[in-house]
Amino acid sequence: MTMRYTKDHEWVRVTGDTAEIGVTQFATEQLGDVIFVELPAIGAAAKKGEAFAVVESNKAASDVYAPVSGEVVAINDALGDAPELVNEGPESKGWFAKIKLANTGELDGLMDEAAYSEFTQSLERNQ
Amino acid sequence: MSSTAESHEPLKALPLAALHRAAGAKWAPFAGYDMPIQYADGLTVEHVWTRERAGLFDVSHMGPTFVVIASPPPDADEAHALIAAEMEKLVASDIAGLKPGQIRYSALLNETGGIVDDVMIGRPADPAMRGSLYVVLNAGRKDVDLTLMQTHLSGRVALRPAGASLLALQGPRAAHVLERFVPGCGALSFMQFAQFDVTTGGRALVSRSGYTGEDGFEILIGDGDEKLAIALTEHEDVKWIGLGARDSLRLEAGLCLYGHDLDEDTSPVEAALSWTLGKARKTRGDFPGAKRIVSEASTGAKRKRVGIRPLDRAPAREGVEIVADGRVIGTVTSGGYSPLLKAPISMGYVETPFARAGTRVELMIRGKAHGAEIAPLPFIPHRYKRSAP
Repeated sequence: MTMRYTKDHEWVRVTGDTAEIGVTQFATEQLGDVIFVELPAIGAAAKKGEAFAVVESNKAASDVYAPVSGEVVAINDALGDAPELVNEGPESKGWFAKIKLANTGELDGLMDEAAYSEFTQSLERNQ
Repeated sequence: MSSTAESHEPLKALPLAALHRAAGAKWAPFAGYDMPIQYADGLTVEHVWTRERAGLFDVSHMGPTFVVIASPPPDADEAHALIAAEMEKLVASDIAGLKPGQIRYSALLNETGGIVDDVMIGRPADPAMRGSLYVVLNAGRKDVDLTLMQTHLSGRVALRPAGASLLALQGPRAAHVLERFVPGCGALSFMQFAQFDVTTGGRALVSRSGYTGEDGFEILIGDGDEKLAIALTEHEDVKWIGLGARDSLRLEAGLCLYGHDLDEDTSPVEAALSWTLGKARKTRGDFPGAKRIVSEASTGAKRKRVGIRPLDRAPAREGVEIVADGRVIGTVTSGGYSPLLKAPISMGYVETPFARAGTRVELMIRGKAHGAEIAPLPFIPHRYKRSAP
């Protein structure tokens, strides 16, 4: 099980050839209270770097970019009635979707936990 | 999040900026000012606090202004008649009939009957202020409004920016809190204003008014603004509230935001603000754009501002198209989320035949149709403390 992170504050939890995806704690702190999440359909094709979901806070909608390419094999239905799960457990119960990896090589370009932690700290210093 | 500077000029600072920094404000530009958008607890906490206790807003960016007749006659009513006649050149409201200490919501109009700005206009009760009006402008329209007044009002009228802090204390605990520091303010009814001594120092011009739908006060204070603000925020019932929650509060209250729900092409009738038109003034037609406004007031305007309740959870933001009968019949002009209703809410304009509450429409959000219903405004009942009839 490997955790990887993107510069756009998505996380990827890889088990075998399946990647569970969501937005990070840092992202939810920036967003504020999540009031709506628009998820892709099961079977949709996700493409690394392209918007594949939308997360809405009180103030605005933000695109969520697919950190990896592949087929969407599961989505978190619980977010429909309880978008606040994203704030309560951004890296656990607030997961967005599961993607069957088309190309595990794409993971190499993503940050590991230590690198992402350094990245967010540098952002906080510049805020 | 992207940040786009609107101009290359540095942002103006609020006089009380240091207090907001100390309270952990997150900042963003608004109308040329660096403004606190939220504090540490965030938008939802700030919004709910205002509906349950008392929220304190620093709205010093707005343009509180005194519009004054030079060398007013000694009789207060005569002096008022003069300044009212001047202001009535730009609004369709009854300004002449304002009682001393009464303030009302109005709209500066252009020649096509469109709204230049929505404003508050008050007649001070103090005889020393006879022949003047207290006018509060929107920050983003201050310059346009002052130019409009300079152009159209006689040379005998002077415009005097108040040059003070403007604070708003809003919520069910506002009167209880403010009475401690501004004794006597509790005697004001909704849309009354007067001058008071402030226990922490200085004097304030206080109106019982606001932009949240709650009971509350707007406090104009020069010297002593910092001491009062500190004393208020040290009260257990009070929190600083930023512009983010200010927007969600006014949306729940069905109140317009200039530049979004109102603009120079929109008439007061279209904006569902016919109640701001003076009855006798409509008959006389003695205001800019009277032809259009009087016609719309009698036979109805082509479109109307309405509330919109999306039927699912997706918020419908400004710009979303409203569809019915297979075609676009309107646009969302303000949209967001109601923490009290725990549902998305919007305001917008639709062609008048679709404006009735309960009408089913569709909202085109990111290319998909979402069902919605036209809803009456406000979304949350107003809790103003009106005087007994």
